[in-house]
Amino acid sequence: MTTTLESTVDADALTLTFVAEFDAAPDRVWQLWVDPRQLERWWGPPTWPATFVEHDPTPGGVSKYFMTGPDGTRSAGWWRFVSLTPPESLVFEDGFATEAGELDDSLPTTRTSVTLAGIDGGDTRTRMTTVTRFTSADELEKLLQMGMREGMTEAMGQIEAILAG
Amino acid sequence: MVVQQELTSAEVDLLFHALADATRRDIVQRVIDEEQSVSTLARAYEVSFAAIQKHVAVLERARLVTKRRRGREQIVHGEIDTLSRAERLLQQYLELWQQRAGRMDALLREDEGRDPAPSAGPTPVTRKDTP
Repeated sequence: MTTTLESTVDADALTLTFVAEFDAAPDRVWQLWVDPRQLERWWGPPTWPATFVEHDPTPGGVSKYFMTGPDGTRSAGWWRFVSLTPPESLVFEDGFATEAGELDDSLPTTRTSVTLAGIDGGDTRTRMTTVTRFTSADELEKLLQMGMREGMTEAMGQIEAILAG
Repeated sequence: MVVQQELTSAEVDLLFHALADATRRDIVQRVIDEEQSVSTLARAYEVSFAAIQKHVAVLERARLVTKRRRGREQIVHGEIDTLSRAERLLQQYLELWQQRAGRMDALLREDEGRDPAPSAGPTPVTRKDTP
């Protein structure tokens, strides 16, 4: 059974963190990421199922996918793997692709880190933590250089507070 | 990135860039409560008037505030719509991951049905060929 433990927005690093638990071993959950046939069954929203035409889960490897909308519209994307440590962690960049399927680096990319950790010995239950950065690496670097150092969920909390006020 | 967002990617960049600074978030909070002149705002912070002007310009580009002139003063007005859109965008990302986790879970459960342990006993046979 999935347990969603928490989801947090970090104003400091511009990240979104999502934590979920599954009744399966880390090895098994890892397969959901590296086997394209399993991956495409959960990556795209149900109304926009994903098809992975390339999937190379090795450092530097690229995956290409498209999602098909209800009216047949296609939206193409790609991943570029940064690092993989089976079955514990993987890091990849996720971006848009042109209609010709070429990587479109002019649009912002996000970087997602996935961590799989066995709970209580690790054979039956896995905690999956995904951390997604919103903006491009360049933009993030610029922001960090500006010296922003603010706490977890602060911006989000403030937005809520402002809206509530 | 697959979220169907109301904002363009460039707008999202501007928005998060703007909200990533504590002083700017503070300015937004103040002007949402009540519109204020840039000079009034500047008095609330230790940084220079010019620095506050720059912060306001960043917020303006992200459409978190609008600015108009009143005589010699520049009045800053908070745009609550943009804030609401920022909040919805974050919510969409969270929901996307929530849905993904749900589908991952469903796939994991399929395993249980597909690969019963050998000790689970003989596979039940359903005969449909008898009249």
